Amino acid sequence: MKKAIIFKNVKKDYGQLKAINGINLSIEQGEFFGLLGPNGAGKSTLINMLAGLIRPTNGSISAMGFDVIKDYQNARHSLGIVPQELVFDPFFNLREMLRFQAGYFGKGRSNDVWIDEVIERLDLTSKASTNMRMLSGGMKRRALIAQALVHRPPVIVLDEPTAGVDVELRQRLWEFVKELNKEGHTIVLTTHYLEEAEALCNRLAMLRTGKIVALDTTKNLLKKFAAKNLKLRLSTKELFKLPTSIKGINFTFDDEFYIFELKKITDIGKIISALNEASIEILDMETVDQDLENIFLKLTGNKV
Amino acid sequence: MNTLRNQLVGTWTLLRKELLRFWRVVFQTVAAPVITGILYLLIFSHVLDSRLEVYEGVAYMAFLIPGLIMMSLLQNAFSNSSSSLIQAKVMGNIVFLLLTPLSYIQLFFAFLISAIVRGMFVGICIYLIATLYIDLPIKHPWIVFSFAFFGGGLMGAFGIIAGVWAERFDQMAAFGNFVIMPLSMLSGVFYSIHSLPLSWQKISQLNPFFYMIDGFRYGFFGQSDVSPYFSLSIVILFFIVLSYVTIKMLKSGYKLRG
Repeated sequence: MKKAIIFKNVKKDYGQLKAINGINLSIEQGEFFGLLGPNGAGKSTLINMLAGLIRPTNGSISAMGFDVIKDYQNARHSLGIVPQELVFDPFFNLREMLRFQAGYFGKGRSNDVWIDEVIERLDLTSKASTNMRMLSGGMKRRALIAQALVHRPPVIVLDEPTAGVDVELRQRLWEFVKELNKEGHTIVLTTHYLEEAEALCNRLAMLRTGKIVALDTTKNLLKKFAAKNLKLRLSTKELFKLPTSIKGINFTFDDEFYIFELKKITDIGKIISALNEASIEILDMETVDQDLENIFLKLTGNKV
Repeated sequence: MNTLRNQLVGTWTLLRKELLRFWRVVFQTVAAPVITGILYLLIFSHVLDSRLEVYEGVAYMAFLIPGLIMMSLLQNAFSNSSSSLIQAKVMGNIVFLLLTPLSYIQLFFAFLISAIVRGMFVGICIYLIATLYIDLPIKHPWIVFSFAFFGGGLMGAFGIIAGVWAERFDQMAAFGNFVIMPLSMLSGVFYSIHSLPLSWQKISQLNPFFYMIDGFRYGFFGQSDVSPYFSLSIVILFFIVLSYVTIKMLKSGYKLRG
């Protein structure tokens, strides 16, 4: 089966700046793939090169087997790109915009049924005849998603689709994108929200300064990097009173809880007996799984 | 897949969108230039009609009308493609076009033809209103159509170049104010270049707008300052050169794709 997307040794230089520095990545059909990285990591540059908005300095990119430069027309038929910026055409209403967008891909009036279905699934039916200018930010965001779907592309790329979107709408968009994935669409998502990547993506690539620093299934990444944490509330909040034997284990303190980073599960016993010996009482205890945010911070050394 | 049918539907869709875009703001894109053209006509003809006869047997008002029609046609053909592109770039919605399989040739044709249509539409409106004041038969309709088509096309292509090049509205305004307006005002809309001193005549002959207006006027009266076939050759030559530059720009992705 053809790969949905292949990046082969892709580089993009802006003068001295290496925005993308040798990316090799392939995404299978049907995957829900996440691209994570701090600002300036190169996520949008990578997406824009896939979309044909930016040309790579080196390397090749294909979508559903079609080179995005040499066979750009077929490649673009395979891709539905949701841009990051909230852009719209102020001259037209939503339905007109979607019909125009479908028309550019060669879809005639017979596609109108599908357009109405997309409008309905994105809960925009009551706004179909409203000028784009009059739509709220959330509606414009959904309209952008609708525009990417009008030509029924097998691969859908969402560049930070939930940036600036309220929690309720974010949840609804997640459900909608999950449905699309279940229907067989390959989804590529770039996001700042690690919670979003963790909840949705089967596989992740983490980018830093134009390079992939981690690439694995979400489950494996969590397993590989994430030992459990031990969260304790103790009878003392004075750090110097902790026995020196457990100071070798990394921990953080947040005014109430001590969070110990466990390298192995037997560290728990070591911590508990050291506290007993020092007559420090354990008031509360729980173990916590590491989340993607911690892994991300470790790998990229950046705040999200 | 990108079949021929898909490409035809794609081009037609963009053309339809561009036509609808100017039609949605018809007061600004058609009514305003028509009123400006009619005002020029009324004021100049009122002041000069009894004092000037540029061509024998042709009233000054009649002489003025083809020039005004052509000037408005050219300015509006330029405005259509240039304003569509600069607005799409500044608003960011140009991305909707760039993400599609539309080729540079499809983009070129859709923007060019919509520019010609708007230019001709404004021209026809001015002609129809002018005929309420004066009888103005067209002696050579094919000459009139050829100059309107190639002149509109030339300016439509120039508008695409300006729209692709400009990054801000003030850059686009500079094109209009410092290139289009002086060239059209100094093109012989209001006078025959034979009434100018020799040096100015020579300078006027370097202005492509002069050939567009002079040849277009020949279509109405059968009289012109230079041969209409020479003028048409110049206009077609400029049309080809500007179309070539436009297609090259669109193909390279200049200022559109990074």
